[in-house]
Amino acid sequence: MSVRERKVAVFRKEHFNAAHRIFNPAWDDRKNAEVFGKCSNPNYHGHNYELIVKVVGVPDPETGYVMDMKVLSRITAEEVLEKFDHKNLNLDTEYFKDLNPTAEHIAMVIYDLLRVRIDSKLDLQVRLYETERNFVEYPAD
Amino acid sequence: MVYLTRLEHFNAAHKLYNPGWSREKNEEVFGKCANENWHGHNYDLYVTIKGDPDPDTGFLFDVKKLSQIIKDQVIEKVDHRNLNLEVDFLKGKMCSTENLAIGIWQQLVPHLPAEIKLHCIKLYETPRIYVEYFG
Repeated sequence: MSVRERKVAVFRKEHFNAAHRIFNPAWDDRKNAEVFGKCSNPNYHGHNYELIVKVVGVPDPETGYVMDMKVLSRITAEEVLEKFDHKNLNLDTEYFKDLNPTAEHIAMVIYDLLRVRIDSKLDLQVRLYETERNFVEYPAD
Repeated sequence: MVYLTRLEHFNAAHKLYNPGWSREKNEEVFGKCANENWHGHNYDLYVTIKGDPDPDTGFLFDVKKLSQIIKDQVIEKVDHRNLNLEVDFLKGKMCSTENLAIGIWQQLVPHLPAEIKLHCIKLYETPRIYVEYFG
């Protein structure tokens, strides 16, 4: 297969920081503390999140780009950073009113926000680091 | 003289907000860091001590003991906490990284042996922002 037909992955790295609390409202405080430990602190805690957005496709024959990285950066800023940076994920965003803001769920929400803004011919995957040692990917395969 | 550093981690919520100012003034000075519902960080804490190695052990200080002191005096109090609401040694202070580093220094000094000198508290708020305090 020639270079012009093969897929390649491009990545954009961004970061934001936010407060959150892992909490199941159907459970009492004791059960939340038992399952989620200090992550359930009612006064919140927080993280520096690092987000890696992966876009896969065949480079456009005219530009050589899978996707213009400036455009990907702008979309990520609009859809993710403006909504999540320096926010309380539980209180200040519309996405975690009824959804626990675990790294898993945050990654899936970010995927949905970006997916509608990126050409459907391109594959999308997001990797979200909650700490340097804990990170998730969506989709999983 | 030799320097020994122990790295610990914690994460916490905070906000930069001066209660003596109006909300408008806080937002003007602190921007999005003044968000009333908090935001948060993964902090990296580097604690550096200095002195001469013990001739019998070759150690400046048992680094496991240093780690335990940092955990007991600092990490237990700040990890997964709200720095503005829950940390006794920050009560009445602005929760900036600067003040947090100074507060951590003051937490540790009384618990170190007299022959061990605390040299530096280096505290990263993000991978790109850190402060150093030398006492």
